[in-house]
This record gives sequence, structure tokens and C-alpha cells, in this order.
Amino acid sequence: MMRYVLITAFVALVALLGVGLTLNPREVPSPLVGKPAPNFQLPQLHEPGKQFSQKDMLGKVWLLNVWASWCVTCREEHPVLVEFAKSGAAPLYGLNYKDERKDGIAWLKQFGDPYVLSAYDRDGRIGIDYGVYGVPETYVIDKKGVIRYKRIGALTPEILKNKVLPLVAELNKG
Amino acid sequence: MLSKAITFVLLMVLAVAAWGKEAAPVAEDPVLERRLQTLSAELRCLVCQNESLAGSRAELAVDLRNQIRERMRQGQSDEEIVDYLVSRYGDFVLYRPPLKLTTLLLWLGPLLLIVAGLAALFYRLSRRREAPAIELTGSERERARALLSDSGRERL
Repeated sequence: MMRYVLITAFVALVALLGVGLTLNPREVPSPLVGKPAPNFQLPQLHEPGKQFSQKDMLGKVWLLNVWASWCVTCREEHPVLVEFAKSGAAPLYGLNYKDERKDGIAWLKQFGDPYVLSAYDRDGRIGIDYGVYGVPETYVIDKKGVIRYKRIGALTPEILKNKVLPLVAELNKG
Repeated sequence: MLSKAITFVLLMVLAVAAWGKEAAPVAEDPVLERRLQTLSAELRCLVCQNESLAGSRAELAVDLRNQIRERMRQGQSDEEIVDYLVSRYGDFVLYRPPLKLTTLLLWLGPLLLIVAGLAALFYRLSRRREAPAIELTGSERERARALLSDSGRERL
């Protein structure tokens, strides 16, 4: 009897640790999902005179993608974003994070600009408000301005198809 | 002669330049800086996850330290600052996660393992004690004595 209890306990422990091993420690669950998107008011990347705020997007389901010209993964992710923008599923806005303005603009010129516009976060302050710690990061924000999904790292075609697009469709219905 | 005098004067001038001053403090406000150090040692750098915010040179850690410094200057308490960071980055930024339902296993797990191990140990020991002693017959006793004394001699 005791033997079976011990074996069961051991198997349970191995299973628990095994699940732990498959988790990615880089993917910190964001406490911001389900919370209102933090307030910001930033100059636009291309037109420093104009401002952009998350409030401008109330009533729409939209995506906010944090990117920078110095970010290598952003380069990998970029074609996926360009495809997404073409599909017109939801408006895609950029947050240019800790970048030089001219570098950011040149980068978009070289690789194509999928964003309706990019906000310019020179000192990364808004990034901290949004809990950014690895670029690229992407947020899906609903009509009420609530963050519904956050992706840390590059968006892939699979994530877009299986997670983002269904979520956007559902949010647009509601 | 003149050149020697000039050298002497120059050396004197240099000597004056060499007089030291007390080193300027690294920070304007040492008390606040110490508070920042203590607090940020308790917080995890999100980029290099095994380093604390105090020890990390990652750019994000520098930014976060600046944020904390600024908030301290505004008179926020340590709790308020920690709450702000947790609301942005989750409990993961804390090296000492709070005790709540989702972290119960984390806090009590090691204790459970010790208790389970001790229980298993005592269970085994009590079973051993209960095992009946083996009775030997007269001839077996003889043989055992012979074997024991025999091996004793060999070892000598």
C-alpha cells in the first residue's frame, strides 16, 4: 500500500516538474491583460507636431505593436505585420520604442510601413507603463480601451491565425 | 641657472595641482540612493532574469531605476512604488512573491516535501522495529560463533 502511495507521489512530482520545464520563463504573464490600456499622449514618429493617444482609438478594436529600428526580432516579424496590415483585419499602430527618430523613419522606408501611424517613445517611459521589457511586443485592445491580449516577442503567422484574428473578430462582434 | 629656476617654479605649480580634494559624492542625495539600492535589490530585472534591478546594467534596469528614483523624489513610499511595478510587470518582478492562492504551492511545497519525507522515514523505521527477531537453533548458534571467531582470527 505504502509503496503505491510513494510511487504515485513520485510520478506526480515528476509530472509537475516536467510541466515546469516546458514553460518559457521569458513569457511573463502580463497583469495588464483585462485592464485598461495605460494613458499616453505622444508625438507621432513622422509628424512630431501631431500627437497620438490611446484615447483616440476608443470605439475601435486595434493592435499596438512596440518596435524599434535596433531590434533584430522586429525585422523578422516585420513581413508578418505587413501582411496583417494588408488584410485590413484591424488597424495596426506602432509604438517606436527608445529609438532615434531618423533611424525609425529610415527603417520603415526600407522595410515598408504597416502602421497607420507610429507614436514616438524616445525615453521608453510609455514602454514601462505598458510593461514592455522585450521588443517586439504586441497588444490587442478592445473598443472600450481594455487590453485583451499581449504577445511578448515576434508575432508569427500561426499566432495571428489562431489567436489574434479570432480574438479581433470576436471583439468586433461585441 | 635660469632654466633650473623655471623647472622649480613649474614643479611647484604642479605640486599645487596635485593637492587632493575630498571625493564628491556619486549621488546628490545619498539617503535616497541607499533607499533605491535596498528596494531595487528586491526587484527582478525583467531582461536578465537572474539579476536584481540593483545589480543589472541592462538598459531597462537603468530606466526602471530612474523611474523608482523619480517616484522616491516625489515622496512615494516603497509600497506604492512596488505596487506600481507589480501592476505593470506582475508578481514576477518581486524576488519574494506574496503569499496568495496561486503561490501557495510555491511557499508550502518544500515544507510538504519535508513532511512527506519524514513520514516515509518514520513509517519505514517503525516497520523495521516490528520485524520479529530470528530464533536460532543450538547448532546454528554454534556455527555462527565459529564463523564469527574464525573471521576475527583471519583479520588479525
